[in-house]
Order: sequence, then C-alpha cells, then structure tokens
Amino acid sequence: MKNLVILGAGTGGTMMANHLVSKLSKKDWTIHIVDQYKTHYYQPGFLFLPFDTYTEEQVKKVGKKFIPKGVNYIQQKIDKIDAEHNLVHLDKGTLSYDILIIATGSKIAPDEVEGMMSTEWKKSIFDFYTYEGALALRNKLREFKGGKLVVHITEMPIKCPVAPLEFAFLADSYFHKKGIRDKVEITYVTPLSGAFTKEFCSKSLGYLLEEKNIKIETDFAIEKVDFENNKIVDYIDKEIPYDLFVTVPTNMGDEVIERSGLGDDLNFVPTHHQTLQSLEHENIFVIGDATNVPASKAGSVAHFQAETLTDNILLYINGKPLKEEFDGHANCFIETGKNKALLIDFNYEQEPVTGTFPFAGIGPLKLLKESVLNHWGKLAFRWIYWNMLLKGISIPFVSRNMSLKGKNINN
Amino acid sequence: MIITIKQVDIKVNDEGYLTDFSQWTKEIGEELAKENDIEMTDKHWEVISWIQEQVAANKPLSIRGIKKSGVIDIKQFYALFPGGPLKVSTKIAGVPKPKSCI
Repeated sequence: MKNLVILGAGTGGTMMANHLVSKLSKKDWTIHIVDQYKTHYYQPGFLFLPFDTYTEEQVKKVGKKFIPKGVNYIQQKIDKIDAEHNLVHLDKGTLSYDILIIATGSKIAPDEVEGMMSTEWKKSIFDFYTYEGALALRNKLREFKGGKLVVHITEMPIKCPVAPLEFAFLADSYFHKKGIRDKVEITYVTPLSGAFTKEFCSKSLGYLLEEKNIKIETDFAIEKVDFENNKIVDYIDKEIPYDLFVTVPTNMGDEVIERSGLGDDLNFVPTHHQTLQSLEHENIFVIGDATNVPASKAGSVAHFQAETLTDNILLYINGKPLKEEFDGHANCFIETGKNKALLIDFNYEQEPVTGTFPFAGIGPLKLLKESVLNHWGKLAFRWIYWNMLLKGISIPFVSRNMSLKGKNINN
Repeated sequence: MIITIKQVDIKVNDEGYLTDFSQWTKEIGEELAKENDIEMTDKHWEVISWIQEQVAANKPLSIRGIKKSGVIDIKQFYALFPGGPLKVSTKIAGVPKPKSCI
C-alpha cells in the first residue's frame, strides 16, 4: 500500500483530494490530507466582509464537508517535512509518503514591518486578508465618520494582487452610499511604479483612480509604521499620514516550509513552472499559493493547476515523463465599485487585454472593461467555488490553459 | 519600439525597458543610466549584476530582497538610484520592472 499525502486542506489541497480520489486505485493507494483548522474560508469573500456586503456565514463552511469519502482527513498541526526520508512529522505521530503534495498556502506576516503589529493593530491599523482582520475592519468602518483612509501594499508578491485596488474602489462606493464620501480622503499606496503596471491595463484602466478621486502614492517602500503619530514612513523618510490604515502586509508561505528547509526567503517552495513538481525532490509536488511560480496567487490559478497536476501525478506514478503544461493561467473578476466589475484572463506570457469571454465575439463577459454582468459573475463565483471548484469540477467552457480566442491581442 | 544606442538598434517597450535581454551590454546600461542622470560606479554595477542574477533565477525583485542581498543597504540603494530605485535600476539592468498582474 502506498501513501499520497496532501498538506493543507485549503483551495488547492481540497481540489487535489477530490481530483485524485476517483483516479488512484484504492487497493494500491491511500490518500491523506492534513490540516489543523476545521473551517474552510472562501477567501475572495474577505474583500466584501468589511463593507457589509457578505455576512460571516457566507464566507465559511466546515472543511470536512469538502473532503471526499475514502480520503483520510487528519486534523493536526504539521511540525516538519523530512524530505530526505519521505516523512511528515505531525503534532502527534509521523506519516510516511510516496508522493507529497504541498498546498500550505500563503499568509500575512505583519511583524515583518516595524510598528505594524503594534498596540494599534485592529484599532487604526487593519488587514483584510484574514477572517478576523476583515471582521474587525467591518466593525471599524461601521463607526468611521471620516478622515484619511490609506490603502497600502507592503511588498510583492501578494495573494490576489488586485484585492487592495478593489478595496479602494469599494471603499469609494461604500462612503458614497453612506453619504460621507466628501469627508473621506482615500490614498492608494504601492511599492510598484503605479496602480496599473502593465501596458494595456494602464491604458484601459488608468481613468479609474481619477474618476473615483483616489489619490495615489507610488514607489513607496515602507520602512515602518509610526503608530503613535498615525503615519507610515518609507526608506527615504517620506511620510504619509492616516486615520485609518488598511494594509496588505508581507505575504509569506507557511512556517512549516521554513522549518523543513524547503522554501525561498519568503517560504515559497521552488517549483517547476510548467509541471508543478518541486525543483528539489521529484516525489514532491506543489500547488497554489505555496509555490514560487510567477503566476498570481489566486484560487483560479490553483484550479487550473489542479487539472495539470492531477495528470502529472498519474504520469509520475506510471513512470512516464511529466507534461510541461501549466501556463500560468489566471482568471479574475475585479470589483470596481457601484456594482460593476472587470474580468481579466491571462497567463505567464500574455498580459490582460480587452475582448470577450469565454466566447469570441459573443462574451457574454467583457475582458478589461467595466460591466454590471462582470459584477454578477463575481458574486456568482461564490456558488461556483463551493459547489464546483472545490469538488474538482471543471468550469464549462473555461480551459486549463489560457485561450487566445476573443482576445484583442494587438490593442 | 526600437531605439538606437551607440549605433545599435535596441528593442524597448513604451516605457523604455529592454524587451530582449540578450541585447543588453554594459555600454547600453551606461547610456540608460545617463538618461536617468546617473553616473555609474562600481557599486552601481554590483547592484545591477545582483538584479540580473535574481531575474535569471526567476526570483521576484523587492526592496526586501535588496535588504537581504548583502550587496547594499536600502538607504544606499535609494541614494544610488534616486526616484524609485527598483524601477530605475531594472531599466539600467535591461530587465523588466517589477509588476503586478494588471
């Protein structure tokens, strides 16, 4: 009997369990999945919690519901991966594996910046990348009467790179609706050279910040949060004052990766971009946010990866060469406020462009253009996530590799 | 877009970043630096080499990376490449500037 062990029962790990349970022979293989937490969160929903668009119940479910029968679900903390001996040390006991899938994700590390995780954390300094953070921010926003709102990215790479921008757009709508937009100054602060860093995007979307009266500060590499004086300071002593500071802290892979000596300096696992095999160990595969591949850290990416990775695990078991297939495909809705959204579809090579999706010339969704239908697509996605994505069901008409059909490549 | 530096035609994007790293030479780096009012020193070149190594190894560039690079500290990095050190140094290095997904 052989063991396939999946570490992490988030988006990537749960999808892999669902894909593999029907494909691996039950008499030869046991599939184990390890995760210490009981709750599975719909992380894209954290964007909507602060604005009272979603309730707590809409973004969380019991994780066990999504682990298929026939998979051994182990609710324990992972202590360490011993890749030399094919062992995973858990809180209580040890698992040996023939194949390991690392799906331990990424998380925020606010203590990487001086003064961020201070006495003001969750008082005037907030994140919305955790359930607790998004809820605390919701409560703060309910009481907020006006002042300087600073929306900030600490450093790249981050999970869902567009989320902070969406947050700024939704904040604009939220304060309008509350009738206090004129009392709130919104500033978007980024370490990059602009809110939009790709050619077509900055051409097509550059108008958005101005239209919404959102100020922008670029090339801001934060050195510290001066939490006593309500301002952030960068390495050339530039200061930005705030009343409410909403930041996306440094994102890092799980500490278990660091403890196991398997990661880079952000604890992401060096992974083959096209096969998703670990670069160091041939029987270790990596999916989703845990990898260091230069794709977006997003659920849609994990979904497309899962299809390639499933095929590659079967090829690996049969001693055949792996498919160099994954192309970095990502497909993301971007909220722009006032019940509109954009849709982007791109990969490692192809930057987001305008066009129609998924059908060329028909749509019904529009790429890189604001539309109400895209917004409904984003909201519908929550249902798709719980009912299709986690269960490993393909989304109709959306292939694992990005399609050029319907895209205006030369615009 | 094509620009000519030292009689060589160089492919660049709209913002003036090289799109084909194989065309990069130290001379071209020097010219690109001049456009940003930077006179290259040994320390500048040390940073440029480090950036090129990171990109070749597919490692994302960040200010944190600079801090841990052992080549330079962050204040020095700002002093050597004023006005957004990562976007300026990557241009001189002939590599893409750090980007987000949009």
